Formats: sequence, structure tokens, C-alpha cells
Amino acid sequence: MSATHTILNLPDQRTATLPKRTYINNEDGLLSWLFTGDHKRIAMLYLISITFFFFIGGAFAGLIRLELLTPQPDLVAADTYNKFFSMHGIVMIFLFLVPSVPATLGNFLIPIMIGTKDLAFPKINLLSWYLYWIGGLFTLAALVLGGVDTGWTFTTPLSTHYLNTHVVTAATGVFIIGFSSIFTGLNFIVTIHRMRAPGMTWFRMPLFCWSNYAASILMVLGTPVLAITLVLVGLERLVGIGVFDPTKGGDPLLFQHLFWFYSHPAVYIMILPGMGVISEVISTFSRKRVFGYTAVAFSSVAIALFGFFVWAHHMFIMGVSNYSALVFSLLTMLVAVPSAIKIFNWAFTLQKGSITFETPMLYAFGFLGLFTIGGMTGVFLGALGMDIHLTETYFIVAHFHFVMVGGMLMAFLAGVHFWWPKMTGRMYPESLSKLAAVTTFIGFNLTFLPQFILGYLGMPRRYHAYPQEFQVLNVLSTAGATVLGVGYMLPLLYLAWSLKYGAIAGNNPWQATGLEWQIQSPPLTENFIEIPIVDHEAYDYEWLEHKTAQEVTTVG
Amino acid sequence: MHISPVLWQFLVKWLNASALFPREASTMAPYADALYFFLLLITVVGLTLVGALIFGFSIRYRKEKHPVAIQVEGSTLLEATWTIIPLALFLIVFVWGALLYFRIYNPPTNSMNIYVVGKQWMWKAEHPGGQHEINALHVPIGRNVQLTMISQDVFHSFSIPDFRVKREVIPGRYSTVWFNATTPGTYHIFCTQYCGTNHSVMIGEVTALSPDDYEKWTAQSTSGMSLAQNGERLFASMGCNACHSGSAAARGPNLAGVYGSKLQLTSGAQVLVNDAYLRDAILNPSQHLTAGYAPIMPTYQGQISEDGLIDLVEYIKSMQSNYRVQQTLTTSESNQAAPTTPEVVKP
Repeated sequence: MSATHTILNLPDQRTATLPKRTYINNEDGLLSWLFTGDHKRIAMLYLISITFFFFIGGAFAGLIRLELLTPQPDLVAADTYNKFFSMHGIVMIFLFLVPSVPATLGNFLIPIMIGTKDLAFPKINLLSWYLYWIGGLFTLAALVLGGVDTGWTFTTPLSTHYLNTHVVTAATGVFIIGFSSIFTGLNFIVTIHRMRAPGMTWFRMPLFCWSNYAASILMVLGTPVLAITLVLVGLERLVGIGVFDPTKGGDPLLFQHLFWFYSHPAVYIMILPGMGVISEVISTFSRKRVFGYTAVAFSSVAIALFGFFVWAHHMFIMGVSNYSALVFSLLTMLVAVPSAIKIFNWAFTLQKGSITFETPMLYAFGFLGLFTIGGMTGVFLGALGMDIHLTETYFIVAHFHFVMVGGMLMAFLAGVHFWWPKMTGRMYPESLSKLAAVTTFIGFNLTFLPQFILGYLGMPRRYHAYPQEFQVLNVLSTAGATVLGVGYMLPLLYLAWSLKYGAIAGNNPWQATGLEWQIQSPPLTENFIEIPIVDHEAYDYEWLEHKTAQEVTTVG
Repeated sequence: MHISPVLWQFLVKWLNASALFPREASTMAPYADALYFFLLLITVVGLTLVGALIFGFSIRYRKEKHPVAIQVEGSTLLEATWTIIPLALFLIVFVWGALLYFRIYNPPTNSMNIYVVGKQWMWKAEHPGGQHEINALHVPIGRNVQLTMISQDVFHSFSIPDFRVKREVIPGRYSTVWFNATTPGTYHIFCTQYCGTNHSVMIGEVTALSPDDYEKWTAQSTSGMSLAQNGERLFASMGCNACHSGSAAARGPNLAGVYGSKLQLTSGAQVLVNDAYLRDAILNPSQHLTAGYAPIMPTYQGQISEDGLIDLVEYIKSMQSNYRVQQTLTTSESNQAAPTTPEVVKP
């Protein structure tokens, strides 16, 4: 067992003190952060940045729900309302959800999980963060200068011919942010291919790496199409090239094909890394390897693959040929299957485990329930005839919030709590965070379950005012959003508090098997003193037990 | 515990006035709802199953009861089970959904046609008999009604939730949807595609009337000119009749009876002449040259409104002979008094 000795081990957390030298205190000063190449520091920069944008996007969500409390258009003017939901969408999708897990947790953990010192291109990694901020500033500029009211989809010809808001500014922002996500994806792909530690074969990688790898492929192949589309929108607006203009022989539907060619895979960019988090969390807190490792790994790849061929299911009512609608509906049904496989594998991971219910596990359970609903309602929308009635209503809104917020945000919070001890060296307050997890779950369901009913009633999305008879359900939804807001404020407060006052975590507070848990927390700048040699599979709890037992004998 | 009676009354009224499930007011609605309930059923079953597994395992294998985990690799049999069963269910949903889709988007051949033009931010309905409505649509119950829709500016979407039908209204292209209303009453029309500032004001009402009431309504609200008659005037005033006169030496093809026929184009393609083809041929003639004719027709892009195009299309559809074209032509070319118009056709 000589291999295990090469992994740096420090004393158990009960006796643990914060290590003297970590990536946080290795260098001092703001500049050492702004010019860092360290993937962990960049991850922290990203974490702070996306949290900032999350609360901006959240504020817009709150304003939207406040306006919809009453059927009358009484809180803000119609244009203002349209700007609210446009900014909510743009900020939440491009500045929060897409980078959320990959750019923070992925950045921090992937090099450590596969046993290397950094990502393949540290400087490109830093560049990606700067691009993210430049894009973010363009978006903020569009907001401060008066907003943009295209919706996050920038649909032509509305965005090109009929609005005089800051469309080009916002589109430039999204264009630039796109490159930041391409660079992150590129970095992950190269790192996972080329820099795995000796013995770390593809099928010994934690599932978190698999799912981020799948998402990276989507980022690298999908995002350029979005960039091209936005350039065409800009050119159409500025010089009128007419690609999307029917009076000049263009086709306005072409825009939607191009846009959804990115934006549907983008859904999987957002959810796949979250699925990786869930695999890690569920395995750790049931002390059991993930049931059907290969099935889960390949289902990530299958989702990435099929994800590219379902975009036209956003356009079933738009006069696409009936036969192409058939093909896209069938493929949509197929892409739902890997998600179902994953859900059942996670559920069966619990079987015969030894389960404890720490906060990350509660968030993960929340994910399983909400994502099941989100996924199944996706099947409603994939069914051609059903989609006619449901699309463009609140049913769609509820569906993608179940996937994106109920799924991805739950997974993100599970991951942040799970790796918080590793990232900061300190524990979060357990009972308060359990309260936050439960609050979020209740608030979420109260917000979005009524929206399914509203959707079937036919209430269209993006409506500033609505008929009287929809009010009761809207009031419920707004009440839920308030609870949800509290649920999201809590972690912000207690996690900040724990940076200084949290209990010291030690190396491996969860007794998890990943390589990241075998090094000190917070890690050294170089992660490993010596590159580990991996001789066991992921989630090998027997190996961990054996290793700890050996440790005790050495110490004793 | 005492609640103010005023508040109590308000709450009761408020809750009673709220909706939970849309009315079933078209022949399509029961079909859509059946699929909806099937989907709800498999969702509830799936959710219960996942919930039962999670809670069951959580109780049975919690650390207090089960301190040492037993490692299991996985099971091909189980993997196959939860691949094949969801796949089978999803395929059933796919076939069912596809049948419903084709039912909603393939109008029966005997349907009556109403044109709908969407523009920021109103719906204009034009009945062939010359009734024009804004943000309203009157239809008879028990008849198949087809809507031929087009947008004058941005994407809109025409939705009648109580009929379970909806279709995108696209700039520069006709789209169609059909329904058969079953219950007299008024129902919401929503624009469901975000279309700018007053998106949420682009709403209206469908009024489904019994056949007698519908007869009454058509008689009372006609503008006196059918769409085809408007089209005929436009045809003459735009000078279309100069070339499309139907005479042997005419420079443009004969339009009488052209609707519904198969046409050979210069490009070699054969097309079926329908509403969309006629509209495209007017706006973009060089791409739609009938074989044997010179490309001399100018484009009418930007010169005729969508309403005007609908009038022209209706006129060409109804055109069975060139008699009246030649009559008008003679009139406009010889500075003579127009011959007495035959009495106005009843819509």
C-alpha cells in the first residue's frame, strides 16, 4: 500500500488546527488575488462574483413577483416590468447559472480530484474570470443606462427592429461572457484528458469530473453558435443586413433555430455539473459508492450528446414542418431517459448505506424531488400536442425553474455547503443551515407549484397584468417567493459569519473518499506536496477505512 | 377568533372567483386533457416511487440503525429496468402527443376560414364576408373554424386556452390553426409570445355563438364589402388587371381558377397554389415565375398591407372567370363612364 502514503495526511479534524500555509494566506494583498493563476483563488473570485450577480437577479425576481401580486399593472409601468424580467433572465442565466458550479466548484475541485496541481491553462482561467466581469459590466451598463427589454432570448424581429433600448450593449455583454465559459470548458477538457494523476483512469474519476467534462463539451461546441447569433442580431440592428428580416428575404425563424441550438444545450450546461455535485454528496453521506457508476457516467455523456439534437422542441408551435417536429419530439423523449436513470441510481445509492442527514444531504434530497418534477414536466412539454397548450405559459416558467432553481441551485448550495470546509477550512453552522435548506424547499414549492396550475389555465408568461381569476394562485406564488428569498439570504449571512467564527473543519470532516479530502483544508497552493498515485476507484470506502486504520497505527 | 364579516365575504368571493382548471370549450379540449391526466398520473407515480425509495432507504439505513454500509457495485438488471420502463412510458407519450399535434394542426378540409392579423398590440380578425373585429372573434359553435394568421411586425402567438389551441403568428408567413367550439360563451384570447411594451394588453375574447345567433351577428356587423370585393378594387387600383387580364396576349398568367391548381414554374418546380403561395408571388414575383412568362412583374413588398394582401388573396381565390377583370380594364383604359355595377354581392 505504498501508494496511499504518498497522499499528504494531516491529523484528524477533532484535534485539527488551521494549517499554517494555505492557498489563502500564501500571498498577501489584493493584487496577488487579481493576478493569481491559482485555480482555487480564481474559483473564490468567481464565487464572490456570481453571488453578487445572483442577488441582483434575485432582486429582479422579487420585483416581478411583487408586481404580479395584483392583477392590475399597478406597481411599475409595462416597459419597466419588461426590463425586470429581461434582466432577471439575462443575469441569472448568463452570469449565475452557467458559471455557477463549473466556474466555482469545478474550478476549485477538478484539478484536486484528478490529482494535479492546477488546470492546464492557469492564465486562460484567469482571463475567463476577467471576461466574465467585462461581460458583467456591459450587462450592468445596459441596466444602469436604462435597461433592455428583449427578454433573455433576444428574439428577432422584436430585438432588431422594434425596440430602442440597450440591446446591443446587453448582447455584447452576453457575447463576451460566452467566451469566459468557452475558456472554462476548454480548460476542463484539456486538464481532464492530459493531467490526471498516475493511476487515475477515466473510470476512477469522481462522477463530478465526468459531469463537468460533459458540460465542458457542450460549452465549447455550443457557445460559439450563441456568439454568432448575437453578432448577427447586432449587425441586423446596426446596419440592417437582413438575415432575419422577411422583407429582405431573411427568415425570422432562423434566429430561433440558431439561438436554441445553443440555449437548449445551455440547459444541460447548467444542470450537468449540478448532477455531479449530487453524486458526490449522496455517496458521501450514505458512505456507499454510487450505484451503477458507469451508468451515471455514461448518462452524463448521453445527455450532452442528445442535448444537441433537441433544440427545435422550443419551436413546436412556430410552423416548423410537422415531420421535423416529430423527430425532435422523439429525441426529446430519449434525452429524458438518462436523467431518469440518474435519479434511480442516486436513490439506490442510499440502499444499504449508513446514512446521515447533514445540510448538503438535505439539499441533495431537495434536488432529487424537485428535479424529478422538473424532468417529468419536461416530458409534458416534449409531447407535441401537449406542448401546444402549455408552451409560452406559466407552465414553462414553472418547469424550467424546477430544473434550474429546484435542480441546479439546490445542487449548487449542496456543493457549496459540502465543500465549504475544504474551501475555507471552517464549518458552517449546522442547525441554521438545515433550517435554510428546509426553508428553501418549502418556499420553492410554494412559489412554483401554483405556476403549473396557472400555466394549464393558460396564463401567458411575461405578462405584466393578468385576468382577475388568476390572482389567488399568483398571491400564493408571491408569498412563496418571499419565503424563498429568506431561504437564500440565510446562507449568505451564516457562511460569511463562519469565515471567522466557524469551527475548524480539519482535512476530512465528512470522511469522504475524494482526493480533495485527503489533503489539508484549505489546501496548499500546489494542492499536493507530492502527486498522488491512485490505486483505487472513486467512492472506495474500504480503501478509506483501511487508510485511516493504518494512519492510527502510525500515529499511535 | 372573530373575523370581520366584510373581510370574510371578500375572501369567500375572491376564492370562488379564482380558477383552477380551464373550461373544456372545444372538441379538442377533451383530447388534450386526457393526455394531460395521463402525464400527471405517470408524474405522480414516478414521484411517489422516488419519494418512497428515498424515505424508505433513509429510515431503514440511517446511521443509527445501520452503522456499517454494505458496498454494492450496481445491478445490470435494475439499470435495464429503469432504462426500459421510463423509455416505454416516454414513447407512449410521444406517440400520443404526436397524434394530438397532428389533430390540432391539420385543419379539416370543410372548415370555414377567418383571417387574423396580429400587430403590436392588437388582433384584427377579418371574416371573408366583410366583418372586421379588433381583439374579438365571433365564431359559431359546432363548425370547424380555421384561422389563417399572419403578423404585421414581430412574433405573436394566438392562444385560446379554453380551446387548448395556440399557434405562433409569424411575420411574413401564414400559419394556421383550427378548432370547433362546443359551448356558447366568451373565452380569453391571449398573445403568448412576448411582443414588446403592451404584450399583456394584446388580449381579446372569443365569443362562441349558437348558429342562429351567429347568423344574426354576421348580418348585423358586415361592413358591406366582402374581402374579395375589397380585393377586386385593390386589384384594379394597383393595375394588376393590366397584365393579368386573362386574354391570350396578356403579359401575366391568367388568374381565374388558379387557386388550388398545380403550377409549373420557370425554375422547374411544381407548386400547389395556396394562400401562402399567392402572397409570396405578389411580394416576391421574381422567385415565383410561372413558366412561359417574362420576369416583368415588380415587387409589391412594402406597398400593400397584410390586410390588403389578404383581400387580394381572397379575391384571387374567388376568381372563377376574367369577365369582370376585362370589364374593369376596359373602363379604366377608355375614359368612359363605368358600366353599371351589378348589385353588391351579399356576403
